[in-house]
Amino acid sequence: MATVPQPVRGAPRPTRPGLTLAQKRTLWAWGALAVPLLFFLVVRILPTLVALNMSFRQWDMLSPDKPWVGMANYQKLFKDPVFVRSLTNTFLYVVVGVPVQLILGLGVALLIQRVNRFAGLFRTLYFIPYITSAVAVAWVWRWMLQEHGGIFNELLHLVGIAPQKFLGSPTQALYSIVAAIVWQGLGFQMVIFLAGLEAIPTMFYEAAQLDGASPWQVFRHITLPLLNPTIVFSAIIGTIRYLQVFTEVLSMSNQGQGGPLNSTKTLVLFIYQEAFKSSKYGYAAAATVVLFLIILVLTVVQNKLITRKYEY
Amino acid sequence: MTYSQRRTLGQTATYILLVLGAVLTVFPFLWMIATAFKPSTDIYSLALIPKAPTLANFAKLFDHAPFATWFMNSVVVAGLTTVSVAFFDSLVGYILAKVEFKGRNIIFFAILSSIMIPTEMLIIPWYVGATKVGITDTYLGIMFPGLMTAFGVFLMRQFMEAIPNDLLDAGRIDGLGEFGIWWRVAMPNVRPALAALGILTFLGSWNAFLWPVIAIDSPAMWTLPVGLSYFSYENFNQYELVMAGATMAVIPVLVIFAIFQKQIIKGITLTGIK
Repeated sequence: MATVPQPVRGAPRPTRPGLTLAQKRTLWAWGALAVPLLFFLVVRILPTLVALNMSFRQWDMLSPDKPWVGMANYQKLFKDPVFVRSLTNTFLYVVVGVPVQLILGLGVALLIQRVNRFAGLFRTLYFIPYITSAVAVAWVWRWMLQEHGGIFNELLHLVGIAPQKFLGSPTQALYSIVAAIVWQGLGFQMVIFLAGLEAIPTMFYEAAQLDGASPWQVFRHITLPLLNPTIVFSAIIGTIRYLQVFTEVLSMSNQGQGGPLNSTKTLVLFIYQEAFKSSKYGYAAAATVVLFLIILVLTVVQNKLITRKYEY
Repeated sequence: MTYSQRRTLGQTATYILLVLGAVLTVFPFLWMIATAFKPSTDIYSLALIPKAPTLANFAKLFDHAPFATWFMNSVVVAGLTTVSVAFFDSLVGYILAKVEFKGRNIIFFAILSSIMIPTEMLIIPWYVGATKVGITDTYLGIMFPGLMTAFGVFLMRQFMEAIPNDLLDAGRIDGLGEFGIWWRVAMPNVRPALAALGILTFLGSWNAFLWPVIAIDSPAMWTLPVGLSYFSYENFNQYELVMAGATMAVIPVLVIFAIFQKQIIKGITLTGIK
């Protein structure tokens, strides 16, 4: 048996005996990670499981025991016309908002890329709405969209068009809110596309120029295909963003109810009302799980599409 | 038309489109500010520059509502959140990038996978938990969900990985401990990424609404967006007041943006393109 050197009592101990450098580093790593790990466990991972658990229980003011009810909350959700309406509205926000924001964002990015001077200034101006408070800008839009005295109707009046109800109309309100969200998100989209455009090697453009390609041909056969990963990424990020629309609707619909006639109510507003206005926590938790599942599927699709290699 | 003529024409058209778009983009802010400075009798006029500009709306704002308190609450919450995120996310990012130890990959995967969980799924358990612990209506109650972010850990890990190991070893030879190597050697090397993360965190926290509106009940604890939301609903037929409030929420952010524009746009690019 090998003799293990014993520390001599009273002798100076420069380092902790018995620990190799690697062991000491491991110890330090776990020590430094203790608080962050506890945080992620308690604030992220545990609440996820709790939400899942709540969604299978009748968890509200009427039931102190919070009994397990299996799929009952989910079954109730899909029979609840307000939930179904919120879900279809949310999809409407996505299918209208995402393409419009992508196309406008790409358009602005292409224009900015073409100019020689003031590109930085334009980028700044288009970016400003993105960093401002959604509550503040939603109210600015609400004021501009106001039926009586709002500037949109005043301008329509100047060109002889009858005033529109905008946020007061069940058919126009959702699109009016989408307009405000697109306006705010456009700058983000533009920055992402500008970065994507910069990543395309210039030699492709030079080669196309030598071949006498028209600007449209260059866009169609070089820019668009090489920008594809950025477009896919933006579409997914945008979809997740539009699935979570909340603040704008709360600020732009009457009393934050998602009206008129639930025509602007989104999934997240539905969750907010069920949980924090009606205290139906279990029921609302089930709706959050539905939202989570939709986002999960999207994320998986995103990973499939983006990990595909694009060779320049 | 010659080539150079066509080019000039194309450039001119591009500029015209860009200017038009920029005007449409900036207009809502101009209209907000214009309304905020108009007397209530004048807000339906289409003048972009008020005929008789007044500060009365701002005076009323501070009179009717504790806007200064909300402003301070936002400063405290966003400031502390930013410090916490910058400290912890870069520490965790550094360890996951540069310290080899058992269990590292599992930890990284666990943190990373929490990105996929939407906030909406967590708010109900957060609320129930915060109520139990009794921290609703406190700064801690507003801030705790955002004190560290998986996204920031991911970002900082990427930048920490790029630091040459020789540099860290040199610190070790100079007698620095593990903590000192992180703080004095690694941190100065990731300053741009840290700045981007810090500013984006501050802006995100400053504008945050969903959780603060749930976590805070008493008006004295409201952050600016929450206070603005309640204030606007209370005064929604006095748009000159609402716009003065909106201006108060937007201006500080515009000032920050004017100073840190480069870092902000760089941050968006870094985080958007992985």
